[in-house]
Amino acid sequence: MAGSIRASAMTEGALWGDARRRLRGNRAAIAAAAFIVALVLAALLGPLASPYAVDQVDWTLSPLASPPSLANGHWFGTDSNGRDLFVRVWSGTQVSLLVALLATAVSVVIGVAWGATAGYLGGRVDGWMMRVVDVLYALPYMFFVIILTVVFGRSLWLIFLAIGAVGWLTMARIVRGQALALRQREFVLAAVALGLPTRRIIARHIVPNVLGTVIVYATLTVPQVILFESFLSFLGLGVQEPLTSLGRLVAEGALEMETAPWQLLVPASVLALLLLALNFLGDGLRDALDPRLG
Amino acid sequence: MTETLLRVRNLTVRFPMPRTRLLGPRPWLTAVNGVDLEIEAGRAVGLVGESGCGKSTLARAILALVAPQAGTIEWRGRPVRHDDATGLRRMRRELQVVFQDPVGSLDPRMSVGESVTEALEALEGAQAAAASRARVGSMLAEVGLDPALHARYPHELSGGQCQRAAIARALVGRPKLLVCDEAVSALDVSVQAQIVNLLADLRRRHGLALLFISHNLAVVRHLCDEVAVLYHGRVVERAPAAAIFAAPRHPYTRALLAAVPDPDPAAHRRGVAPELGAASEAVADDGCAYRLRCPLADEACRTRAPRLEGTGDGHLTACHHGRARPAAD
Amino acid sequence: MADGALFEVRDLCVQFATPRGRVNAVREASLEVRRGECLAVVGESGSGKSQLFLGCLGLLAAGGVVQGSARFDGQELLGPDSTPRRAALGTRVAMVFQDPMNALTPHLTIGRQLAEVVLDRGLLDAAAARARSLAVLESVGMPEPEARLRQYPHELSGGQRQRAAIAMALMTHPDLLVADEPTTALDVTVQAQVIEVLRGARDRGLAVVLITHDMGVVAGIADRVAVMYAGRIVETALARELFDSPAHPYTAALLASVPRLDTPLAGRLVGIEGQPPAPGAEPDGCAFAPRCASVLDVCHRSRPSLESREARSVACHAARLEAGAGR
Repeated sequence: MAGSIRASAMTEGALWGDARRRLRGNRAAIAAAAFIVALVLAALLGPLASPYAVDQVDWTLSPLASPPSLANGHWFGTDSNGRDLFVRVWSGTQVSLLVALLATAVSVVIGVAWGATAGYLGGRVDGWMMRVVDVLYALPYMFFVIILTVVFGRSLWLIFLAIGAVGWLTMARIVRGQALALRQREFVLAAVALGLPTRRIIARHIVPNVLGTVIVYATLTVPQVILFESFLSFLGLGVQEPLTSLGRLVAEGALEMETAPWQLLVPASVLALLLLALNFLGDGLRDALDPRLG
Repeated sequence: MTETLLRVRNLTVRFPMPRTRLLGPRPWLTAVNGVDLEIEAGRAVGLVGESGCGKSTLARAILALVAPQAGTIEWRGRPVRHDDATGLRRMRRELQVVFQDPVGSLDPRMSVGESVTEALEALEGAQAAAASRARVGSMLAEVGLDPALHARYPHELSGGQCQRAAIARALVGRPKLLVCDEAVSALDVSVQAQIVNLLADLRRRHGLALLFISHNLAVVRHLCDEVAVLYHGRVVERAPAAAIFAAPRHPYTRALLAAVPDPDPAAHRRGVAPELGAASEAVADDGCAYRLRCPLADEACRTRAPRLEGTGDGHLTACHHGRARPAAD
Repeated sequence: MADGALFEVRDLCVQFATPRGRVNAVREASLEVRRGECLAVVGESGSGKSQLFLGCLGLLAAGGVVQGSARFDGQELLGPDSTPRRAALGTRVAMVFQDPMNALTPHLTIGRQLAEVVLDRGLLDAAAARARSLAVLESVGMPEPEARLRQYPHELSGGQRQRAAIAMALMTHPDLLVADEPTTALDVTVQAQVIEVLRGARDRGLAVVLITHDMGVVAGIADRVAVMYAGRIVETALARELFDSPAHPYTAALLASVPRLDTPLAGRLVGIEGQPPAPGAEPDGCAFAPRCASVLDVCHRSRPSLESREARSVACHAARLEAGAGR
């Protein structure tokens, strides 16, 4: 039995060093991470590389919607209003990533706090807290968003709020499950036996030990958020002019699919590749941080 | 007159079981069933029994990690209630615990030094950095750990080293009673001996009282002044260690002692009594819980649960037969 | 019948690839098991006692490499042809583990699992399989065997489950049973019963390898004992001789550190200072030298090899000197 306890010590200690090593060995995840970094750099630097601005109409073109060409400087072509697609795609990527990161951050903070508290306290408190989550889950969020949009008008902050309000629910459920399991671990019992106050136990012992799972699911939440935002934009509820997002670009491009296919293909490809890379990275992180696999 | 640190009276702890029927009362599992226990300052009391006997649950109830359904716990004369935060905090400064899994009882995200420091600050309030470093360092040294190891994480240390760190964490606040819940059961034999010696030394040096819970009778014999034997949540025998090991009175105690394999091939071990029923079967009526396995069971055992009673020499037994014939074999 | 060894291991090495490089779990281990005898392999965590047999039977975890020779009834198990090993494993060589739930499937009845062992291999038909299941359950002392056949593992107690797991192993009437810490997770009264079961099987002619760290259990059943430390076999002897006069300082220290009920209380338990070397970090010379009470200078420089005399082998410089001088 001593031997098996020793073995569990080796696998249990998935501190960041071991996890980093495992991640480094995962080629798909590393490639995905590199791709995401490249994409972020492109999104930040891309607009600077092009002489055109986001909403600048190039009147010299005829027709206004022109396909990609190296000659006239519109490397991704233009949209139906003559605006350079290269710059728009990269600004759109910036906005999509920003929305995704902020909304994910909001859902992580609220979800972890809610889930860790519910899971650790257990009993009736847990029951009520998770009933709230269940009820919110059941609400049709699209109606929710539409009503908010109608009442408050469209703004970027509203998007964050709407997405964050939905995103934290899953995170809370996941964290609550982990916290329930952690509650029975002997080091948590030892902390209670020391007389540590509950909030300190949650903050110092529960939350740091769920971080691994949280990171994994946050990485997997980002693509969901981007998709959701794209969906909102597709419906016309997302970001408004002059800002643009990948979703909006896809929506606009879909209208011109037959006559100007590049308008759909370029933003859709960027979107798809970004989501794919995020999913690979998320999988890789999960494998690295969960030592029980292989 | 030595002070009675802990007095437990009629403690009962029950857990709700999953329902098997939609209607009707919910089934309960009685883990601890009307247990009395006293521990005086400086004494080491051993609590032995097999899996499912309730010894860990009893420990957790004493540590106020679990709320009892009935009974009282008194710490140094004052009753301790599960919802009395101030009283609990006062008790926790003097009553600490070491658990079974050495690595699992330490937070994997904290170094051992941080774990011990956290204990120090929880029990005595915030400390000046230098003073707390010194206290933690000397505590680590006292349990036999090189103070330079304070920055190591649990998964970087061996089982024995982790258990020493856990002991350091438990003792840094200088408690009066240390509860050891199978504290050496997960260690290799040679390391177990080291930790048992450490506990004995610390006891002597600080006048520490121990509640030593274990299924390993030989270790208990080595460390404890007094032993209580638990079966199905009840104390079936309690006596000074010498008396219990030399002349056990309850049939269960005798069966336990007979079953312990000593490292001597010459000793002939006769076949042990066949398993009459699954040991974990709960007995839901008023008779003696052990009667399903007991060679002495009779009609009296089926109808009436025996009470824990003594013959005046500090040796208590809960058996209709055990008292009449001490050490018959 | 020839009195040759049923199971013979020669110079076995088990290596694992870890992030920190190659690590040796077992080094140059040699031992043998004869028909109808119980060999106990004793060691603490990290001694390699489990890996030795997992390696011989081809059950190592991913990344494990085994070298050397393991012969069962004259046939090489570790050769390039894996047929002898696959033929032997599960029919003539069976294994029992610490947690019986490793062998028992939770959603099948005991009867079904026992019968499958022989039905899958086409050894018996359904009726004969059932008859043998009952017979085997009786031989392991399972109370009410008829009823057990219809029960699921979770309805049995820990001791009954371990009996069922042993019964499963005995279904094919194997010649060798390897039991890896079969009693460690059990209560002491149940442990005594399980040892009784193994003893009964041994008395009926089964060769048993008992891997354990519990010297009390060893004393109850073993005919011969092999002691392992840091991946090597450091002593083998007849059980009685090992307990009466251990030759290797580690064996002596291990025996001395076990608290017992049958001797008067000593003042302190005798532990062994320090801890076993981490795999991959063994010192030059004898691996036990840093902790040894009888250490000599030569122990730090040169590793003692296993030397045999009559029924006993020891790998120790100090023991050899003593044997030469004293006797």
